[in-house]
Amino acid sequence: MGKFTFSSNPSHPRWGEFAIESTIRLLAFSSIGFVILIFFFLIREGLPIFWEVSPDNLFGTRWYPNFGLFGTVPLILGSLLVTVTAILIALPLGVATAVFVREVAPNWAREILKPMIEILAGIPSVVLGFFGMTIVAPLVREVLGAPTGLTAFTGAIILAYMALPTIISVAEDALDAVPKSYRDAGLAMGATQWQTIWRVVVPAARSGIVTAVMLGLGRAIGETMAVMMVTGNAARMPLTLDSLFRPIRTMTATIAAEMGEVAQGSVHYHALFGIGIILFVITFIINATAAVTIFKKPRRGGLR
Amino acid sequence: MEPKIRFQNVSYFYGDRPALRGVTLDIPPNAITVIFGPAGGGKTTLLRLINRLNDEVEGTRMTGRVLLDGQDIYTPGVDVPLLRRRVGMVFALPLPLPGTVRENILYGPKLAGVRDQARLDEILERSLRLAALWDEVKDRLDDPASRLSGGQQQRLCIARSLAMEPEVLLLDEPTSGLDPISTGKVEEALQELKHQYTIVIVPHSVQQAARVADYAAFFLMGELVECQPGRDLFTTPRDRRTEDYITGRFG
Ligand SMILES: Nc1ncnc2c1ncn2[C@@H]1O[C@H](COP(=O)(O)OP(=O)(O)OP(=O)(O)O)[C@@H](O)[C@H]1O
Ligand SMILES: [Mg+2]
Repeated sequence: MGKFTFSSNPSHPRWGEFAIESTIRLLAFSSIGFVILIFFFLIREGLPIFWEVSPDNLFGTRWYPNFGLFGTVPLILGSLLVTVTAILIALPLGVATAVFVREVAPNWAREILKPMIEILAGIPSVVLGFFGMTIVAPLVREVLGAPTGLTAFTGAIILAYMALPTIISVAEDALDAVPKSYRDAGLAMGATQWQTIWRVVVPAARSGIVTAVMLGLGRAIGETMAVMMVTGNAARMPLTLDSLFRPIRTMTATIAAEMGEVAQGSVHYHALFGIGIILFVITFIINATAAVTIFKKPRRGGLR
Repeated sequence: MEPKIRFQNVSYFYGDRPALRGVTLDIPPNAITVIFGPAGGGKTTLLRLINRLNDEVEGTRMTGRVLLDGQDIYTPGVDVPLLRRRVGMVFALPLPLPGTVRENILYGPKLAGVRDQARLDEILERSLRLAALWDEVKDRLDDPASRLSGGQQQRLCIARSLAMEPEVLLLDEPTSGLDPISTGKVEEALQELKHQYTIVIVPHSVQQAARVADYAAFFLMGELVECQPGRDLFTTPRDRRTEDYITGRFG
């Protein structure tokens, strides 16, 4: 009686477990630590630009570092123009593909399509950039009769292509999560399969689809390599209607192209990190918005 | 009187497992017909055959005929969406569609192509009144439907079906999630509705079956045991198994 041999004996601490736990904890904290370090480095190197250069200059329209002009606005607008256009292309395509894969395609087609979409996600961006330069850009030039094929639009096409796998798979999961009873309810009202999908299932999956687009957007705005290769890299203000079909330059491409040739600690150097900070803030806002839409989810209505 | 719906020797299989076995049943118009019996008896399956909602389930097989107004609804060439507008259905879980109260009700009419605003307003009010919900939601028509209480949501679903001006209303345990007061309201609404519609309901209890039935059909393991006017079936059942079930002496 009363022999609880399974209870742990306090005089025998479990060293193995302790060691594993400490290692995991150490690794976890160090990766958080690295993120914080990177963040501080970014702040330390980038923040000085905000007083080294006057605000009119920093938020001016001309980026000519050699002449002391550090206007970041054309770069910000360039990034936004490319990204927004990319989303406008990727959103309908991505959602339509997700709907097709999830709702329409027969099982065997779904089995083939899903891995293909995942492979698409794995293509390195430099390969896409190459593809953009050699195939998409000439096509854009021919079709539009533009002087060059290296335009904002070309960048947007490539970015859309990069954002698609994310949008498709996240949107597909969202559609999958819509209970079957919603489909039944739609069909029972005399809706056709298409009407049920567009008027019932897709709206019910709305928050998941918004998340999908946000994640795709997050991926697109930070993308560097492919964009640098196909947008022409001219830091001009995209203000006229045809800007989309002219060369532009993005924030990421500017940093990547100029970082190699700038003297450490110079104003130009600080300016590039300053762009990094701006980019960080924008991405942070996008991700935070995505997170808020994810956690605000249960608006499905009375499933209880 | 000509039956509204006729089942003629209908058997139905999910894979190889029969869910209905040789069911022959006439459902009269302008009355409430109750389909009841223990779980797994095929009640839901029977309802879903009337609006062909089971077309969506894969790997099933049906023999026999189902007639609506004397027409076989399973012959090739039947317009299934149109059939489903004639035969409305309300499910066990109240399931508002995404959107407002108004959008929920007008969903069906808009699909059917009604565009005239005055007509839409009229349909909105009429169906909400029929479902005994108008007074509770007339000031909240543009609120999200998901904010209504469970009982209100279920009457909203009834109103949504009525907005399509169907001839038949199928209800599958429409009050299973509701409190007694909401249940009472739904049952009252049905008593009003039966003058215009053919109502087929799977009740959530024998008591409810006895309360609302003009006609009652008892199903056991896919078989129709008996069908009689409700008054007779619940007082003098013909079959021993029916009697056992309604007196609670069942297995
Ligand atoms: N989609 C389906 N796939 C396979 N079998 C099914 C399916 N739906 C129903 N069944 C089977 O068919 C039989 C009848 O089911 P049904 O849902 O019609 O019964 P029910 O009388 O409505 O039961 P309950 O009172 O539990 O709602 C059951 O044995 C059930 O397991
Ligand atoms: Mg059922």
